[in-house]
Amino acid sequence: MNPEKVVFGFFIVLALTLNFGFFVGDLDNPDHHHVYELFAVVIVNLIATILKLGDRSQMGAVLLATSLVAILQLIAAALVWTAAEHITGTGLTPTVTASIVSLSGGAMLANVISVILLIIETVMLRR
Amino acid sequence: MRQPLMTLLVVYSIAILVLTLIPGQDESGNVYYMDFFHAIYFVSFMATTIGFGEIPFEFTDAQRVWVIVSMYAGVISWLYAIGTIFTLVQDKTFQHALSENKLARKIRGMREPFYLVCGYGETGSALVKGLTDGGQRVVVIEIEEYRRNLIRIDNLRDFVPSLHGDAQKPKHLQEAGLQHSLCQAVVAVTNVNEVNLKIALTSKLLHPQIKVICRADSHDVENNMESFGTDHIIDPYDTFATSLATAFQVPCLHLLQSWLFSANDELALDEPVYPPKQKHWVICGYGRFGKAVYERLIKEGMEVVVIEADPSATGEPVEGIVYGRGTEANTLLEANIEEASGLIAGTDNDANNLSMVVTARELNPDLFIIVRQNHSDNSSIIDSVNADMVMHPSKIIADKIRVLLGTPMLYQFVSLAYYQDNDWACELVSRISALVGNQMPKLTEITINNHEARAVVDVLGNGETVKLADLQRDPWKRRDCLKCIILMIECHNDFLLLPGPDTKINQGDRLLVCAGDGGFTRLRWNLQHDNILSYVRKGTVTKHGWLWEKLNRKSK
Repeated sequence: MNPEKVVFGFFIVLALTLNFGFFVGDLDNPDHHHVYELFAVVIVNLIATILKLGDRSQMGAVLLATSLVAILQLIAAALVWTAAEHITGTGLTPTVTASIVSLSGGAMLANVISVILLIIETVMLRR
Repeated sequence: MRQPLMTLLVVYSIAILVLTLIPGQDESGNVYYMDFFHAIYFVSFMATTIGFGEIPFEFTDAQRVWVIVSMYAGVISWLYAIGTIFTLVQDKTFQHALSENKLARKIRGMREPFYLVCGYGETGSALVKGLTDGGQRVVVIEIEEYRRNLIRIDNLRDFVPSLHGDAQKPKHLQEAGLQHSLCQAVVAVTNVNEVNLKIALTSKLLHPQIKVICRADSHDVENNMESFGTDHIIDPYDTFATSLATAFQVPCLHLLQSWLFSANDELALDEPVYPPKQKHWVICGYGRFGKAVYERLIKEGMEVVVIEADPSATGEPVEGIVYGRGTEANTLLEANIEEASGLIAGTDNDANNLSMVVTARELNPDLFIIVRQNHSDNSSIIDSVNADMVMHPSKIIADKIRVLLGTPMLYQFVSLAYYQDNDWACELVSRISALVGNQMPKLTEITINNHEARAVVDVLGNGETVKLADLQRDPWKRRDCLKCIILMIECHNDFLLLPGPDTKINQGDRLLVCAGDGGFTRLRWNLQHDNILSYVRKGTVTKHGWLWEKLNRKSK
């Protein structure tokens, strides 16, 4: 067993599960989507991205790309949240909540691809 | 790289998270929880020690306790991250990897044909200078860092990408562009025979169509190189011995050869040398050079006395040797230098060679002297003894390779010229010197094709004929002759030496042309420009462009 692979797999899967946790619930209901969950998703995704840096294989490059997409989406979601709370002052209206959650939904898609790639790599190694 | 980033991320996220969890107080004493926006803002300026103060309200003591902890953690992790990044940037291996990557990219992006030269020693630098002066692109591999740095100092006409690496390793040859489609030839001129052999082998295996030229000092290695199809193997000692034999048999051809092969523009034309054929010759040093010259002299029917200090290492000729270094008078006297006609100072030590020459001159001022020069730095002192011939291995190899790459037809020319007599060569020598005045003649090859002689190809395509005499007329005044001599013409693998003015030109012919100042430029006008070609052929200009043709037709 390679401990590096364990940590790597752990963070990639955790990024997906947390993302899913934030995403589930009514799309436009702010009560179903907690800010701490978004924070955790962003941090774990950042960790996953850093772990993928410096991997020179083709698979590593694609994994890094998916992570970067996820990060981009999540940071966009966080920025929308910040803007709504502090800049425009509208607060979490259903429209704002919907756009935050759908952005995180896009990030989840990227995370799903990451996990699928991880599974493919593992299966290929088995052979 | 990963570790410091990870540390920063973890420290930041914990600091932010805890700040949002610790209850604070606003101005009116109500409990409030800092939101993520303010927490991120605060931690960002705190960890980088910018410090804008406590926002959005003054902190409670509980918050301050946490800020103390995260302040130190933040600063330390920043220092750690920056330190690591700086060490990485300053790391020698990292920098090397970076510069090598950059170079490999540059070589991959080459858009012109180029030559790959392995070894930037005496020979390599002379060759690279000659090639770049001729407008050709070169890539260099050199194993010694300091010699590679010389490329930047040597003031070459063009940028020469150079790789620091061992050319024996296929990886380095590949990085230097061995498999690049525009790589025309690989030249192996390192000072180690085995390395040259390995380079030749690697190149032939990885890129079979490529031309491979090698330096070799021993017949053993030469045979080995020949066995796998190395295109040209150059042995400086044999080359010099051959040219010495030429000087014996056809002095004018020897002179012609030395003119045509030389790359140096500044040299003035020299006189032919006449090595004496009476009495005997003295050779000092029976190494690789001594042996090569010895065999040639014996073949020419000369009597030869060899002086050698260490015959156990070099072997000795059947006639026996005079034992000694040759630098002292008594050894030279033992070799009967006073009665000799020529001296060859051929050891691998320049100081000894010079000392021999000076001592021998004192004993016999009329000697014909050939001196071997081992290092190009010693040029000035070697020149000062005014030897009749100087044998400089690096220069011989560099000149030969430059000709092989630039004007390979010159080789066929010289080998055909051997069958002519001395008068033929002398006449050509005087024609060339009349042509170029006191400068070295320049050579080029021209192929009659769409690229190099568009106008000629057009005329030939119309079924008309073009004669050599047409091309050799001055494009501004057709009664005058151009300052150029067509040395040879190749037509379907037939070679014609000094073709006459009535020779007809066919498409695909190749011409070897020798010209003085401005000769090539005017010749190119004749070859490329329709109107000018028609003028030099018939004395009239036919094509004027669409408008003038219309007007002309009307007036007729």
